[in-house]
Amino acid sequence: MDVSQTGLTVVRPGLLTTVQDLGRWGSQSRGVPVCGAMDTFAHRLANALVGNAATAATLEVTLIGPELRAEQALVAAVTGAEFVLSVDGRPVAHQTAFALEPGATLRFGQRRAESRAYLAVAGGIETPMVLGSRSTHLLSGMGGVAGRALISGDSLPVGRVSWTITPRAAVRVQRFDAAATPALRVMLGPQDSRFSRPSIEALLREVFRVSPQSNRMGFRLEGPVLTTLQSEELLSEPVPFGAIQVPAGGAPILLMADRQTAGGYPKIATVITADLPLAGQLGPGDALRFVSCTRAEARHALIARERELLRAIPDGAGA
Amino acid sequence: MTATLARPRLHHSGDALVLVEFEAQMSPEVNARVVTLAQAIVEARVAGVRDVVPGYASVGVHVDPLYFDGTALEQVVTHAWDRAAGPDTPARVVEVPVCYGGVHGPDLDAVAAWAGCSSHEVVARHARQTYRVYMLGFLPGFAYLGSVETTIAMSRRAAPRPLVPAGSVGIAGQQTGVYPCDSPGGWQIIGRTPWRMFDVDREEPALLRAGDCVRFVAMAPDDWDLRAGGPWT
Repeated sequence: MDVSQTGLTVVRPGLLTTVQDLGRWGSQSRGVPVCGAMDTFAHRLANALVGNAATAATLEVTLIGPELRAEQALVAAVTGAEFVLSVDGRPVAHQTAFALEPGATLRFGQRRAESRAYLAVAGGIETPMVLGSRSTHLLSGMGGVAGRALISGDSLPVGRVSWTITPRAAVRVQRFDAAATPALRVMLGPQDSRFSRPSIEALLREVFRVSPQSNRMGFRLEGPVLTTLQSEELLSEPVPFGAIQVPAGGAPILLMADRQTAGGYPKIATVITADLPLAGQLGPGDALRFVSCTRAEARHALIARERELLRAIPDGAGA
Repeated sequence: MTATLARPRLHHSGDALVLVEFEAQMSPEVNARVVTLAQAIVEARVAGVRDVVPGYASVGVHVDPLYFDGTALEQVVTHAWDRAAGPDTPARVVEVPVCYGGVHGPDLDAVAAWAGCSSHEVVARHARQTYRVYMLGFLPGFAYLGSVETTIAMSRRAAPRPLVPAGSVGIAGQQTGVYPCDSPGGWQIIGRTPWRMFDVDREEPALLRAGDCVRFVAMAPDDWDLRAGGPWT
């Protein structure tokens, strides 16, 4: 039987560090948001690097990273946003597995790129399962550690492991092209017919910026105003991760991991699954563009992304 | 009413959500078909389906696009539509105790002023209706109930409150509902229930589900502690 024990103690929590996994699927009919990692690709990569299943919980680190003390011998890996990482002052690499001796302190230093890092430890973060998931939902206080972001002094249980990790060179994955404005591929709809043609053209041509009033529920986007032709309200309907909903004011909101299960605003377009991890790495002030694509292109893009994950982890563990 | 509801149509919201859409109207007849169809899709266990979510007039089918079988879903929808022409199965009726007005219902007087009647009359009108749970959303366990009598169907507050306590009963136009946890909110709060609408420690965390009938029963503030944390079964 797996018995969890304290694996990590939070010395400093960082700006917003939460326990996340692949999300609380199966309870949206109860009004329970899915939550889960904003960048599931980086979450899965982190788990794979330490030999975990993709469903194991990781710590999602946002903009300013934490300081964590190992209470037992652990194997860890950090993926996603690139931070300067050190263990007891010695540098450790991004995107590779490393050892933490009992008492060692892992420190997230300066952030170099992207917004959200994922820390996986072999065995997974084993906070209690709630409705099939360990993901934290901040608004309702569900999952994770007491349903909130980590604070100093929190103890994080870690599952027992029966495997060892062979150290190897850091993996490389294709991320944003740092020189270009990130382009997220979208499929138009389901309510694109409610928008004026100039608005759809503006969506696919102009640059938007993530507003500071953004969070895990959604990114408010600053840019051209998108106007609807009909003012008539929609009946609330289920909404997905990546939907671009447009309230009456015309400023779009990109729905993210903690989105409500349903919404009544018209959705002009939806970001494809393959590009959600890129969206999940955007932070306040970041620029982005939208590019239209077909269902077939969305599928090819997703297959390409899955291949990339398998390529990054030659033995395909946990992917 | 109508035996002539149009067949539902499948729409896509990106590559990971299929919406099975009925006529866009808030009606018990349409919503009954939504609830029946959602159940049929769950039971059919279509490959790649991750979550099935009833809306007012649509069923959201969340899928993993790598594994989803769209043809299988279409067959389930067609089959369920042809089969489910019969009458709605009798709904569960849930009676929820509510302390109206006072500290528990800070907007009751405003609704009365808007309606041009006494606050007692607002309570009487709110509590004499049997409401349908159309769907859950917004927060875990938050049920959208309809329809509130038009005479008391005041729209949302201009400025939402930063904190509405768990159990607060509100009105937003012809919708009414109970806040399951402390949260910001803009509904007109006319009362509060001591019951827990959502509790992950219960076998079924959500007290209400789509298709249920709900009646609100006025209770005395003195009985609050007696009923706190319920319902007890």
